Amino acid sequence: MKPLQSTTMAALLLASLSPFATAQSEEITLCWAAWDPANALVELSKDFTSTTGIDVNFEFVPWTNFADRMLNELNSGGKLCDLMIGDSQWIGGGATYGHYVKLNDFFDAEGISMDDFLPATVNAYSTWPKGEPNYYALPAMGDALGWVYRKDWFAMPDIQKAFKEKYGRDLDVPKTQKELLQTAQFFQGREINGTTVYGAAIPTERGSEGITMGFTGAMYAHGVEYTNTAGEYDMAGAINSPKAVEALEFYKEFYQTATPPGHSDAYMVANLDAYKSGQVAFQNNWFAFFPGIEKDENVGAVSGFFANPAQDVKGSALGGQGISVVAYSNKQAEALQYIKWFAQLPVQEKWWELGGYSCHVGVAGAADFAASTPFAGEFLEAMGSVKDFWQEPTYAELLLSMQKRVHDYVVADQGTAQEALDKLLADWTEVFEDDGKI
Amino acid sequence: MSTQTIEHAGKGVTDKAHRSLKSKARGFSDRVIAWWFIAPTILLLLAINIFPLLWTVYLSFTNSRANQPGRAVEWVGLRNYERILGSADIWGYMQTTANFVFWTMLIQTVLGLSLALLINKNFKGNGAWTTVILIPMMLSPAVVGTFWTYIYQPQTGIFSHAINFFVDVGPVDMIGSVHLATWAIVIVDTWMWTPYIMLLCLAGLRSIPGSLYEAAEIDRANAWQKFWYITLPRIMPFLMLAVLFRGIENFKMFDLVVELTSGGPGSITELASINLKREAFEKWKTGYSSAYAVILFVTVFGLGNIYVKALNKVKS
Repeated sequence: MKPLQSTTMAALLLASLSPFATAQSEEITLCWAAWDPANALVELSKDFTSTTGIDVNFEFVPWTNFADRMLNELNSGGKLCDLMIGDSQWIGGGATYGHYVKLNDFFDAEGISMDDFLPATVNAYSTWPKGEPNYYALPAMGDALGWVYRKDWFAMPDIQKAFKEKYGRDLDVPKTQKELLQTAQFFQGREINGTTVYGAAIPTERGSEGITMGFTGAMYAHGVEYTNTAGEYDMAGAINSPKAVEALEFYKEFYQTATPPGHSDAYMVANLDAYKSGQVAFQNNWFAFFPGIEKDENVGAVSGFFANPAQDVKGSALGGQGISVVAYSNKQAEALQYIKWFAQLPVQEKWWELGGYSCHVGVAGAADFAASTPFAGEFLEAMGSVKDFWQEPTYAELLLSMQKRVHDYVVADQGTAQEALDKLLADWTEVFEDDGKI
Repeated sequence: MSTQTIEHAGKGVTDKAHRSLKSKARGFSDRVIAWWFIAPTILLLLAINIFPLLWTVYLSFTNSRANQPGRAVEWVGLRNYERILGSADIWGYMQTTANFVFWTMLIQTVLGLSLALLINKNFKGNGAWTTVILIPMMLSPAVVGTFWTYIYQPQTGIFSHAINFFVDVGPVDMIGSVHLATWAIVIVDTWMWTPYIMLLCLAGLRSIPGSLYEAAEIDRANAWQKFWYITLPRIMPFLMLAVLFRGIENFKMFDLVVELTSGGPGSITELASINLKREAFEKWKTGYSSAYAVILFVTVFGLGNIYVKALNKVKS
């Protein structure tokens, strides 16, 4: 054997023994937050692999670090993620800075119609600029902030009697924000089954988006808008209006009079823990967690669900995400294949069965959807009046300013509500001026 | 081959090597050769220290944003500096940082010195106690921050229970209270870093010759006089060095406080370094945060220099 031939044979032999030699399968990486629906997506994606032969790897990051980690990835043009289920507020930056692939041509070629998805979710998760048919994502996971309460405590005769004596009305699911606060205050510090319980676990987290999401839920229900004119940046008199002040004072009163001790930096997980451990009568959290609560062996059977109650108008804080193809990915074709597969009705039906909130009209718009779970009807009600935070490319600056101003006032008790909102207006004005929007 | 021949051959090889080295180095002075040796280090320093510093100074005069690489970077002059120095919020963060540095340094110095004086006594188990006291500073700040949040938890944490054992005040919310949050981070930093001050003081104490104390005893000096006239002056350089190191570290404190309070409640414990990180890597205001970093650098560098001069004075 010639030396060259023997070298080639040896190389082939080594290659055949290598773990990479076995007919290497195609694979893509999907990035999302680490939470209950992500586990459902792992399960669902097995069908994609069996159908296409493409393996799906997952990169899940806890919510508290999700934006930091993934926006860094996008900003640096990283190739870690082929598919990104990014937060709804990222859509402006994703489109403007070229992080996401525009999907219009792909949707046209593959016959994927946005009319098949709930209009509110298409508008929130897929389009930029808002209201224009430029699609950068497929609605993947509908979500909104909703409420969970202890049905068993509400059904206790002595509790009902005490409530009626105190407020002159029956103890029932709150129909307004003020009733909600009143009911939470009623439970605050009360002895139930020998344990001291508290009113409600609401979002108060300072680091990422927690307190903003919680407060905006109250703000929307008070009829507050970010601007005077939709699509414009005329914020003076809107975000710091008397109604906005009322909403902020309301949220502070909620925090000070109806939350458990030490609830000064709490968001999704802390609220779930407070509720599941039997500390609170209510928790304000994302619908995404409700399937898990329903299945919980301690509180599942005794939990009721309701959409954010109106005060002046109906309004809920929007959560949820669309699924986008990352522009820096080398596997865009495979990633698009995933989106095509995911958009199919049978896949969407299974997605809902597994615990994901499908935005497909064929699922969420079906006649039996509202009765399919104890929270499905409430979900539809919430999605009918959702509002989102700014989706501008500069959303992170806008969000962090609001986190600071709201937390300073609500939790740290600094200044007045009017001062906090005036400062917020000044912060936001500076951001939009720097961005050339005003 | 005889021994003489081998020695001769060996000498020949050595001479040859010497000649080769000489010929290679011919024409280069000792100074030039010295430069060749230190050049890699200098280049490395330029690349990873000096260049980034100068680049930061340049960026501080621009509206650069690292998350918008395609955007034209404009020269904005002193606008970033004006905004920072004119911002009441930033002055608030600086004040919070100064408070934190002052109280941690004061308490850690007193406790560290006291512990060093105690540990310096000869008693059984001295070595074991020293090791136990040093454990906190060997832990990761992120881990320390995380487990102290459990300790501080008002309903289930041991801290609240301990307080209530002595005084019945109900759940004590150290992290969520506007009045207690600063003390919460001061306590944890003190718990973690007092051993470091103790260690340096101990080194100072052990370097004092016993003859000085013997002479003082002959002169009938009491314990206080021995401490004031012998111990304190002798360990002062060590103590000041420890304070310098800890002061600089605490001026840029980040991880421990983020884990404990995230800067909250509100902005009560938001140190300048935490705010700088938010501006630079969450809001992506690169130009603005570069100016912020330059101001912090100049502050800590200036204060550090004044302190070092004082330290040299004490030494002399």
